Amino acid sequence: MTTMVTTKPSMWTNFSTWANRYRKWLFAAPAMIFVGLLIAVPLGWTLYLSVTDSEGSVRAASNLVGLSNYFEVLTDTDRFWPAVMRTFVFTGGALAVELILGMCIALLLWRPFRGEKWVRVAILLPLVATPVAVGMMWRLIFDPNIGFANQVLSWVGIPAQPWLSGQYTALPTLMFVDIWQWTPMVVLMLLAGLTSLSDEPDEAARIDGANSWQRFWFVTLPLMRATVIVTIVLRGIDALKTFDILYATKGKGGGSFHEVETLNIYAFGLSFDYNDYGIASTVLILFFLLIIAIMWVLTYRRKANRS
Amino acid sequence: MTTTLPARPAAEAPREVAVAPRRRKPRAYKIFRVIALTLTVLLFIAPLVWMFIASLKTNVDIYDASKTLFFTPTLDNYDNVLSRNNYFGFIFNSFWVALLSTLFSLLIGVPAAYAMSRFAMHRSALVVLMARIIPGVSLLVPWYFIFANMRMVGGFGVLILSHMFVALPLIVYIMISYFDSTPLELEEQAQVDGLTHIGAFLRITLPLSVPGLATAGILSFIFSWNNFMFALVLSGANTKTLPVAIFNFVSYASIDWGSLMAAAVVVTVPIMVIALFTQKYIVSGLTAGATKG
Repeated sequence: MTTMVTTKPSMWTNFSTWANRYRKWLFAAPAMIFVGLLIAVPLGWTLYLSVTDSEGSVRAASNLVGLSNYFEVLTDTDRFWPAVMRTFVFTGGALAVELILGMCIALLLWRPFRGEKWVRVAILLPLVATPVAVGMMWRLIFDPNIGFANQVLSWVGIPAQPWLSGQYTALPTLMFVDIWQWTPMVVLMLLAGLTSLSDEPDEAARIDGANSWQRFWFVTLPLMRATVIVTIVLRGIDALKTFDILYATKGKGGGSFHEVETLNIYAFGLSFDYNDYGIASTVLILFFLLIIAIMWVLTYRRKANRS
Repeated sequence: MTTTLPARPAAEAPREVAVAPRRRKPRAYKIFRVIALTLTVLLFIAPLVWMFIASLKTNVDIYDASKTLFFTPTLDNYDNVLSRNNYFGFIFNSFWVALLSTLFSLLIGVPAAYAMSRFAMHRSALVVLMARIIPGVSLLVPWYFIFANMRMVGGFGVLILSHMFVALPLIVYIMISYFDSTPLELEEQAQVDGLTHIGAFLRITLPLSVPGLATAGILSFIFSWNNFMFALVLSGANTKTLPVAIFNFVSYASIDWGSLMAAAVVVTVPIMVIALFTQKYIVSGLTAGATKG
């Protein structure tokens, strides 16, 4: 009897001691296992598929073809390289406008004013709106026949534009949609950076007689460097992977001329419209490497600048 | 401080007057600022208002340029979307998938973030955060076949798991920066008073982290609610989420614009209402790490 009584708590104590000693791994394990099973394994599989000629069904017999998929993709000037180009144009263009416009709006909001709360709410709404719904909304506004955009143009005497349905206007129009939705994100990030700045360097510059522009360019902006880089990294990753608004407005293959087909859209189409898994996986691996390379350059430069 | 709330320090205003009086801005600047702010608000709000207005119009009115602003509002589109197209079902699906994927991600993500913050497990943190970089498409093909083998495609389980892929890195990222800024002293104090390490985490740190948990949870709910690509491939007829349902609206020959806009309003309004009431948390979550340097 007495042994029973003493062993029970001691088992609990043993477990508790054990759990506390290894709490580091105990706490981290579930998340790490999830990541391992749901991300690392599938990613490994994609890597494997990229060196096979898998097609039709993943379970169908496939042959190892070495690096020939990579050769085929990297020499494909018909679909792959234009898609790379569009990915860069879309991301670079949208990100540049978002940063400049975002900085202007952040500076406008920086000092307190009446009604500030309402302006903040207004800029938060596009940010949380469902991207597919946003795509549909702009599809109506940019409709060549009944859209509000062309109606406004007709008021000022500019001829109607094809917007989303034009071969050369579709990508810029979608960049505009991305800018509309994500500039608020940039504003919030930059505003968080601005509010955390100390006032002293700015005051010192003012006492030395610097005007507003000089104070912004030579004092505020250099102090904001870290925030700007974090913003570029976070927003850049998402912009490179943009899928929802492109697919919701132009559908499969990025339109009939592939005019908005970025790498993500291309890889999705190869996977689920053509079931060409080998080539699709190759495109995805290259896309992934590209993102990592860009992130590495940005963070590497950041460290180099700091030291 | 890594988690920056948008509220600015209250001390600023009096200091301005007391120490170094800010040079008075010219009147022209004030007018410019008011105009610029008004334009900013219009730019971001007008399209949403337009969407809402169109959802109240008949399709005849939408095609009629003379009825841009003056028309007889009707709720027919909402009736069509909600009762004839079973949108209540899609709302239900979206809600459960978002809620459960958020709860499960919190359950495994928060302890992980705690361990990663307290033990400076930078490499493990990097592995989890990699999930934010990986293009989702590269996981979809393997997922599809793994889950098809387990007969899970088209069920809720696979949707919840796939949405956790988005939620988990987000939660870990936000909570690491939150725990980094929580002082250790209280936990040490609790241990002096006889709590174990885990006990101190559960009874002291966790209750103190409610704002961080709210931030991470709300954002992860929003991102799951808005997610389109995973549900597009992995959902079945009975588990379709709202974004997929809206997308399917336009696959027919002609677009029923009025109903499409009503559907868009139905999917965006709940999330906007949540955003209005939890603005502070959303902003602090989105800007986590913005000032880390």
